[in-house]
Amino acid sequence: MTLRAILTFSVAAVLVSACATKPEPIQETTPVATVQPEVFEAAPPPPPPTVAAQPQRPAFVPPTPGSLQDFVYQSGGDARVYFGYDQNALTNEARDVLRRQANWLNNYSNVTAVIEGNADERGTREYNLALAARRANSVKAFLVSQGVAPSRLTTVSYGKERPIEGGSDEFSWSRNRNGHTNVNIQNTIG
Amino acid sequence: MTSYVSRKFLSMLIWLGVMMLSAGGAAAQLTIDITKGNLEPLPIAVPDFLAEDARVAEIGAQVAQIVRADLERSGLFNPLDPASFIETQTNIDYEPNFSEWRVIKAEALVSGRIIRESDTRLRVEFRLWDIFGEKQLAGLRFATTPDNIRRISHKAADAIYEALTGETGYFDSRIVFIDEKGPKTNRKKRLTIMDQDGANPQYLLTGSDIVLTPRFSPNSQKITFMSYENTVPQIYLLDIETGRRELLGNFPGMTFAPRFAPDGRSFLLSMVQRGNSDIYLMDLESRSTSRLTSDPAIDVSASFSPDGKNIVFNSDRGGSPQLYTMKSDGSGVKRITFGTGRYSAPVWSPRGDLIAFTKSEGGTFSIGVIKPDGSGERQLTNGFLVEGPTWSPNGRVILFSKESRGRNGSSEVWSVDLTGRNLRKVNTPGKASDPAWSPLLP
Repeated sequence: MTLRAILTFSVAAVLVSACATKPEPIQETTPVATVQPEVFEAAPPPPPPTVAAQPQRPAFVPPTPGSLQDFVYQSGGDARVYFGYDQNALTNEARDVLRRQANWLNNYSNVTAVIEGNADERGTREYNLALAARRANSVKAFLVSQGVAPSRLTTVSYGKERPIEGGSDEFSWSRNRNGHTNVNIQNTIG
Repeated sequence: MTSYVSRKFLSMLIWLGVMMLSAGGAAAQLTIDITKGNLEPLPIAVPDFLAEDARVAEIGAQVAQIVRADLERSGLFNPLDPASFIETQTNIDYEPNFSEWRVIKAEALVSGRIIRESDTRLRVEFRLWDIFGEKQLAGLRFATTPDNIRRISHKAADAIYEALTGETGYFDSRIVFIDEKGPKTNRKKRLTIMDQDGANPQYLLTGSDIVLTPRFSPNSQKITFMSYENTVPQIYLLDIETGRRELLGNFPGMTFAPRFAPDGRSFLLSMVQRGNSDIYLMDLESRSTSRLTSDPAIDVSASFSPDGKNIVFNSDRGGSPQLYTMKSDGSGVKRITFGTGRYSAPVWSPRGDLIAFTKSEGGTFSIGVIKPDGSGERQLTNGFLVEGPTWSPNGRVILFSKESRGRNGSSEVWSVDLTGRNLRKVNTPGKASDPAWSPLLP
């Protein structure tokens, strides 16, 4: 509708200005009014320096069965499995981790999980969204093949938006290419 | 926000076309061939626009400054230092003293004035002179309100650009992008819009959800983008004027990579089902969708040709990500890139003659262009991570995201012209990514 209004042209008179050397006339136009922007909010002060999170260590005492800590512990210390560059195929190591995850999920059959797919920064945004979606699906499909009901597992792709390492090096990239089994546990004990 | 009334007034602005003086037409005309690679920027003098009193003089200085900055940023013009000017014109209705402008090597002169007709109404007039040809190339008058002076200045710059290059300008346009804050492992992303020159930045959304890949509708009034505000990430449509936002479609899987069709009535998107991404076309009015690809490979980042007949997209069906074209109904799929690199993020030029893309090869990313038939591939720029090209309204300049390496890496928006020259950082308020250039404003 607005566009149509925009296309409404009206005729303007061509103004001929008299002067000694007779330059070409200036063309008349109709009024133009304001485009009033919203005020852009002032930049906030710089954030305080972030302290690197301490790596999570397996507890000496086994975690409470059925807790999130227990899931991570039973998975082998990490709820993520890692992929090769531009790959969504599961490595043997990833399959071992996922077998343990499936085992845990089969023991706690009321727990649901979101499988998050992630990619490293070396790909374009949209391609990486598609690639990470494939990774999440690889994880889900394997867990389902191990007996986890598909209705308990949803997937989401974060592309390269949620790196766990900030570096631009092989180590960081290898960590950022992952599928993360994020179990939904309402009441963790201890 | 832009008010409806003001937009309507603006819309009534008349262009009777830039008046060309050349009577015979055979004489050598002052022109810039913008297709040339190693071009000397054209020396142009833009004195402050004349004014009757001090308050208006301030506006006259501002207009000239905006025009000079636009022309300079294009890389095609070299606005001369006003301190070097010999002649001080007092009335723009008289011919300038051409010889005095030749002394300072000006090849073109913009002489303008501002007239205050009332507290709320200004008249902005200017003449563009060919100093060596000793003739007027353009003469234009705009009526405006004082607070709309920036847009009028951009329109003046567009008229000068068009008179001297023969191509439509691109200065009266806006850029939507993602404003970024925080380290790579905890980036906050906000949908933001600003004028093409970085003025008037404003956030478009208030939430803290991740938003990605905004794109303009063909009339510049709506933006489609992807957001993580729901459990399943989806694409949305935002009306810039009203702030009204709506979910586009209710799809079972993640939808992303939205892009409008040239007629604005439908748009392309990708949807994930069982891990696989395919391309769909959705009609905006009926909300019906048709599936355009059904390959088990990744099919993503679809972009229409400006005539709406063809689509370029990204697929890894050949083993690595490459560019393909197809007809708008999904038939006639043809691979157009065969290089050793990995190609993605294709965008069809508004002129239709080229497709811009991102390529990665040997640990380096580059922005390049290729003809729709797959010939004539050219690299424009490269870097550790450059991606996501978007075209200026006239198809002569490309904006892209540039991310720097490492933990303290920061994302910026840069521009480069089609010849690979004039590489510049775009003036965003902070870190920024995913730029999309609007068409010329209505």
